[in-house]
Amino acid sequence: MIKYLKTDDAKCVGCMNCTATCSVKYFKEDNPAKSCIRVEGLGNNRFHLAACDQECRRCVAECPTKALFVGPTGIVIMNKSLCVGCLACVAVCPIEAMFYFPGDKNPFKCIACGSCVKSCPKGALSIEDKPDSEKSRFPFDVESRVAPTRALPGKSEALSGAAK
Amino acid sequence: MSMTIKDFRLLSEQSYEKRPVVKGYNMRTLHADLGTKKFREKPVSEQMKDTFVGGKGFGLRLLWDSTTPATRWDSPENEIVIAMGPVCGNTNYPGSGKSLVCALSPMTDVPIDSNVGGYFGPYLKFSGFDALELQGKADTETIVFIDGIEGKLAFYEVPDSLKLDYDTHLLAETLTHAFARDEKGLQFVSVVSAGRGADHSPMGVLNFSLYDKRRQGIRVKQAGRGGIGSVLRNKKIRAIVARYQGVEQDSNNAADPAAVQRIGLKLHREIIVNDDKQCKMRKQGTAHLMEVMNDYDLLPTKNHKYGQDPRGPEIASWVWEKLFSQDLPDGCWYGCTMACAHAVDHFELETGPYKGQKVCVDGPEYETAAGVGSNLYVYDTHGILELNFYCDTYGIDTISFGTMTSFLMECWELGVLNKDRTDGIDLAWGNWQGAAQILHDMADGKRFGVLAGKGVKFLAEYFTKEYGADAQVMKDIALHGKGLEQSEYVSKESLAQQGGYYLTNKGPQHDEAWLIFMDMVNNRIPTFENKAEALHYFPMFRTWLGLLGLCKLPWNDVEPADNARHKEPNKVPEHVDNYCNLYTAITGLPMNSEMMVVQSERIYNFQRSFNVRQGHGHRAEDYPPYRAMGPVFEDEYQARAERYDKQMLEKIGIDPMGKSLAEKVAITRKHRLSQYDSLIDAVFKRRGWTSDGCPTPEHLKKIGMDLPEVILVVEARIAGKA
Repeated sequence: MIKYLKTDDAKCVGCMNCTATCSVKYFKEDNPAKSCIRVEGLGNNRFHLAACDQECRRCVAECPTKALFVGPTGIVIMNKSLCVGCLACVAVCPIEAMFYFPGDKNPFKCIACGSCVKSCPKGALSIEDKPDSEKSRFPFDVESRVAPTRALPGKSEALSGAAK
Repeated sequence: MSMTIKDFRLLSEQSYEKRPVVKGYNMRTLHADLGTKKFREKPVSEQMKDTFVGGKGFGLRLLWDSTTPATRWDSPENEIVIAMGPVCGNTNYPGSGKSLVCALSPMTDVPIDSNVGGYFGPYLKFSGFDALELQGKADTETIVFIDGIEGKLAFYEVPDSLKLDYDTHLLAETLTHAFARDEKGLQFVSVVSAGRGADHSPMGVLNFSLYDKRRQGIRVKQAGRGGIGSVLRNKKIRAIVARYQGVEQDSNNAADPAAVQRIGLKLHREIIVNDDKQCKMRKQGTAHLMEVMNDYDLLPTKNHKYGQDPRGPEIASWVWEKLFSQDLPDGCWYGCTMACAHAVDHFELETGPYKGQKVCVDGPEYETAAGVGSNLYVYDTHGILELNFYCDTYGIDTISFGTMTSFLMECWELGVLNKDRTDGIDLAWGNWQGAAQILHDMADGKRFGVLAGKGVKFLAEYFTKEYGADAQVMKDIALHGKGLEQSEYVSKESLAQQGGYYLTNKGPQHDEAWLIFMDMVNNRIPTFENKAEALHYFPMFRTWLGLLGLCKLPWNDVEPADNARHKEPNKVPEHVDNYCNLYTAITGLPMNSEMMVVQSERIYNFQRSFNVRQGHGHRAEDYPPYRAMGPVFEDEYQARAERYDKQMLEKIGIDPMGKSLAEKVAITRKHRLSQYDSLIDAVFKRRGWTSDGCPTPEHLKKIGMDLPEVILVVEARIAGKA
């Protein structure tokens, strides 16, 4: 299962409570540019909410150091100590939900903590679960195709497959 | 068997003060003396930074100072210099992890510089050094260790009893595990190594490793050209190991880190959006070129005799795409979303000492697929991969090996070689197993491979002397310049590309200028002056990438969607702007496209003057063998008769009607040779050189390369004293 923040654009009124809650929690300041959820004005009092859906995981597959990984509840998490700040993850995100703040070392994203849900006056946000999918298995499938079939130095047996 | 650092005998160890990089520079380099087993730091002066910039500039400067006109490739004072450049190591702009390696080459006797990826260079830089010089010779097998985590430098001896492998795919893997602090630290180690082939042939490469977390093994990128791996082995260096932990977005301490992010992210996005519609580097790497070259009669086939074959599609890009493991972050440095360093996984070898084992093959890139593929008439992907793998692990340059083997196969076809002369190896076109046997012989240092591995310049003379082969034919078909084998584009129909290959300082490789389409297909540079201008600008621009620690590929293997609207689309102006902005963002210094050329011109002329100092750098050394210029044989003419006849009528002004084939070959040859002569005149004039190819003191003063030691060298040459 994949835990994620479900967003409902139709209910959003652009109050920015969610971005305030998020940026204060993670960056200790109220700054919509430092929030892991974004509110984009579309005009005519309509808004679009952008937050990681935790499912496509292109960023996980693209990360050269495996700083981005899938946690036990299916959430894509970043290990900052491994992040080299290359922003490849920002570039590959198809829904523009991987963020960075100019001059800060590491990009950041929604980890479905749920803090913003409570702050939303219109019920536009909720934490939900969804089943694994072909998309969500993508980084694991890619990796399994190249995993070693030979014995590694210091290991007497191959990890998988048959080494000759 | 697993090893640890403790298994190696510590010969000497020194601590050094770790300091952060400031605006892309450490302002110090590291010198390692293999003889005395001592390291010493050298400060980088402001003058060195201003004049030589970094990367290849620093490499050549340090090499010049450490060697003399009498130094040969195997002299103890010859050096391997690995230098990075101020932009190197940033993780935001794709293609920013390059090291430039310089040495006096065993193939050409003049300085070679080779551009290579892998983690070693950036780790060395962030450990605190802008360059590493390796000088002297060790008397026993040695490992040089730069530990940027602990701030230590060490020499280790490899005890014979350890039975440490020589071949890179095993050696670098073992050393990565031995020198990592723990399992989590494997990615923080990079190894530079060669292989057994480099012990017995001058065409040795350096393999620069990176640890691939997904494959749980090492990958390697090559400093391929000019035999630097052979210099490494001549010094008895088994490997150079660097260890560094803590690379982050701003390890360069850039003047404006946010600008570095912005410029990098713009290109990341351009690659993600455009690549699939353009070159497909993310899926195919440079192998995307295969069918393009075959279609335009440019894919070397049978020792560059032809540029096309109906079998070409058997090794086309789509074939490689299926073989390469897809959707992996296959950059050779962090953050390279161009990710062209593809690999074929779980490949089962059919020959040699590792027969039956499954390995990861790094590549093939275009040059390899063409060099050991079509050029040998090998259209079997397995054969290409097998040759690719063994070249890499034995530490042999795939380009020199491919061009050398295609020469041997043509000699076989001509009857110059037979099984008595090859120790039983059948060198019929397409027999990749024969080619593989040469490689295994090179690694063993036995049999025919030892002779073959000396390279085509040597072989052409040897076959003439020992086997009575026709001296002119041997000269014509031995594809080398200055002793370095030509890389893998057919240059016959592009005069500008003949210059791009042979009017180079280090010999015919493809990293200075690739002008075939501009010249031959699009006819954008019709006059000698146009060609000379292109042979000025492009080598200068591309030299600049080597001063900074950058890769050429993200410059024009992806383009902005509106690139064609620019007046000079071949220059990819928006990307040139990116480079200027990136340089300024990191160093805080101004840059524009003119200043770029000025910086490069200084280094380019310094390198030419270096050739002069070593007794080379004459016009006579800048001519291609005729195979690179036109049809050597009658059947070669006949195969493209329509083209050559038409050129004779329209360009030479001679009616081919009624002429014999022999006459037509001779007329074409005479014309093409005179065209090349005119090209040299135009190019040397544009470059500010004498008609013999020596930079003039006036020109050196004008461009700001008027160091007294350089002026002395060119003045002596011009006065006829050197």
